Amino acid sequence: MRRNHKALHLISRLYMVAVLVFLYAPILVMMVLSFNEGKSRGNFTGFSLKWYGELFQNAEIMQALSNTLIIAVISSLVATVVGTFAAYGISQMNRRSQGLVMNISYLPVINPDIVTGVSLMLLFIFMRMNLGFATMLISHIVFNIPYVILSVMPRIKQMDRHLLEAAMDLGLPPLRAFLKVVLPDIMPGVISGMIMAFTLSIDDFVISFFTTSGVQNLSIYIYSSARRGIEPTVYAIMTLMFVTVVSLLLLINRKSLGRTVAKRTRI
Amino acid sequence: MRKLKLFALPYILWMVVFTVLPMFLIVYYAFTNAPGNSAPTLEHFFKAIDPMYMKILLRSIWIAFLCTALCLLLGYPVAFLLARARNGAVWSLFFILPMWMNFLLRTYAWMSILENTGILNSLFVAMGLGQMELLYNENAVILGMVYNFLPFMILPIYTNLQKQDVSLLEAAQDLGCNGWRVFTRVTLPLSMPGVVSGITMVFMPAVTTFAISRLLSGGKFMLFGDIIEQQYLSTGNWNVGSMLSLIMLAIILLSMGLMGRFGSDTKDGGGML
Repeated sequence: MRRNHKALHLISRLYMVAVLVFLYAPILVMMVLSFNEGKSRGNFTGFSLKWYGELFQNAEIMQALSNTLIIAVISSLVATVVGTFAAYGISQMNRRSQGLVMNISYLPVINPDIVTGVSLMLLFIFMRMNLGFATMLISHIVFNIPYVILSVMPRIKQMDRHLLEAAMDLGLPPLRAFLKVVLPDIMPGVISGMIMAFTLSIDDFVISFFTTSGVQNLSIYIYSSARRGIEPTVYAIMTLMFVTVVSLLLLINRKSLGRTVAKRTRI
Repeated sequence: MRKLKLFALPYILWMVVFTVLPMFLIVYYAFTNAPGNSAPTLEHFFKAIDPMYMKILLRSIWIAFLCTALCLLLGYPVAFLLARARNGAVWSLFFILPMWMNFLLRTYAWMSILENTGILNSLFVAMGLGQMELLYNENAVILGMVYNFLPFMILPIYTNLQKQDVSLLEAAQDLGCNGWRVFTRVTLPLSMPGVVSGITMVFMPAVTTFAISRLLSGGKFMLFGDIIEQQYLSTGNWNVGSMLSLIMLAIILLSMGLMGRFGSDTKDGGGML
């Protein structure tokens, strides 16, 4: 029995490792190639830092990078705040209007990116807005909000709805009651929604592609430079970003690790 | 309680302008000769149901279906193990992390793994297996899609499983269920909302992606997304493009409707608690 258990444990470990290898193989390849002396993406000819040097002199990439980051930060923050409140408000509606609002909210999620992009392009042209940074930012908020709602809603559905009523009966105004009672309970959903919004924004190519002209984010830069053959400078910037993200996560996790340990011992 | 509904008000206004109105514009373009002529017409519909386009549509759906099934098969065990792991929250980050890299670039990196002179083929040759055609075919496209969309399957299922009430599992065990039965009778049915949103999050982008397929198929075969993009950016026929977008959307809504029914069934089932 115990041996059985051990075998199962080992198999699950191996499985997780295999999936992780699958997920990280291309990233590893990219990192290695960013230090490659030659331009080839097939084989490694020698170690060099020259692509990193060129990176910071490339104004186009730097501009694309800052556009990507600014839009990702603003759009994910706005989407998280609006989406969290929206999710709670929607959960308080009656069944029919809840269904209606949720179905419309799903539109940017189920809509193919191309359709969202194209429809927003039609809208901006209809509203006589110039396609550029602002239209790209608005578009990112548009497609981010539903993902926040999707991520928060299950948490709200699973929580005890009497808690908030109790808080309000005890005299807290709705907003404070929400912040004090509901928010802590749904926080994991809110955070995973925000992370998802941020990653979607950084990753987006198609919607940005249709809703801007002239202003580039990294995806658009990569797409247009892919036609010329990708420069290892792009690998270099991706390596830098990845290392930044990993160190940030490690920092955050040391804290949350401490917290989980504390929680465990209290129980 | 009525005041709490107002929390959704800013969003609802936003939604009307940036979700409803753009869709209305698509419908308008699909059924008229906008922007020139606003008289209703069906000519774009007849252009859009050309057999050539429909064949490409079917291919797109099939590939997306395969990709979703693979993501579910691969992703559910990952989510399950994460939810049971001691530091699941920390480990789950490692499965989201790759999404922080641009997907075009990750896809491009797969090309350097799969191509004829790439890493895998160098390995195969070294092992005496000979060179294999790994890139520029359907399998490469499916691999690229699974790679890109797998985290979207893992995350919602994990969120759901992690929130599941452990005492329910213990109750099932106390009532004599073995591990497998606990899983099939309790864990799995309860996780259905997570599975449904995972399927949604994977199938939808998979059915229309055009960048991944263009890179990994080398432009060898077109998917439905390619046609729509073509209508807007190269052919310049926004009306037919809008009609094709509507057809795609209709098919997706149909499958969503099926899935929504599936999802709410299980929700009612859970309601007996």
